[in-house]
Amino acid sequence: MKAQVYVTLKTGILDPQGKAIKHSVALLGFGQIDDVRQGKYFEIALDDGIAPDEARARVDRLAREVLSNPVIEDYRVEMIP
Amino acid sequence: MKFGVVVFPGSNCDHDAYHVVSKHVGQPVDFIWHKDTDLSGYDALIVPGGFSYGDYLRAGALARFSPVMTAVADFAAKGGFVLGICNGFQILCEAGLLPGALIRNRGLHYVCAHINIRVENSDSFYTTALKPEQVLRIPIAHGEGNYVCDDATFDELVDQGRILFRYCEPDGSITDASNPNGSRDNIAGITNRAGNVLGMMPHPDRACEEMLGSNDGRDIFRSLTAAMAAREV
Repeated sequence: MKAQVYVTLKTGILDPQGKAIKHSVALLGFGQIDDVRQGKYFEIALDDGIAPDEARARVDRLAREVLSNPVIEDYRVEMIP
Repeated sequence: MKFGVVVFPGSNCDHDAYHVVSKHVGQPVDFIWHKDTDLSGYDALIVPGGFSYGDYLRAGALARFSPVMTAVADFAAKGGFVLGICNGFQILCEAGLLPGALIRNRGLHYVCAHINIRVENSDSFYTTALKPEQVLRIPIAHGEGNYVCDDATFDELVDQGRILFRYCEPDGSITDASNPNGSRDNIAGITNRAGNVLGMMPHPDRACEEMLGSNDGRDIFRSLTAAMAAREV
């Protein structure tokens, strides 16, 4: 079983890296791009013996307590059977 | 009055802190490896600057899980003095000992320079040897020193006088141009509610010798040792 975790900056938190990327892609001629926000993506492999509900709960806790900082970031978990 | 300097894999200002305590503060000091959990006998801890765990995931995020950090949290909860400098400030925020977070500098660049900070509260454990609104010249060296927090936290910091230092011009005026990293309200250093835990991005440990361009950092350590001495009486 695999889990995918997306960690993104909360709305309103400045993203200097996203701004720099947006600026650069505009210079390269990519038009009509209003905004770029950079985040993090994690792939987590889990033991197949874990029940799906339990696996999701574990990954959720991992995302909340380690992979993201709740002061500045949100996270989203997707389970891949 | 015994000091401890916490050392993580990737700390690189641990020797600066040790040097300042032994040479200028004139007190006994030990290095404390991040796997140690016995902090008995210490009166103050310094969480030094550097790149603990290579700044992987987020600056300070992985150091929080080192065994010593549970002991540091207990130490702080009992009123022990904890000074986090630069990466130490980032670690204390990640560990929840201080509110808010430090994100990438507004200008993206790693900034290594002498800057000016103004004393916002000269009544704290760390600032009694300083005057209100005194301007200190202290170096910074960081890429992620942009302090953010929500409005409720900010109001609490202001109301309780927990913002000790703000980035300023040489004359003490607070301007956006003097803000090196985009920190909310030019915040350079804050304390916890009880005032015994201070986190700051500027390096007082690198500002204790005239030869290094400034000795303004000494008064922060003088204030701290005065607070420690008062407690021993």
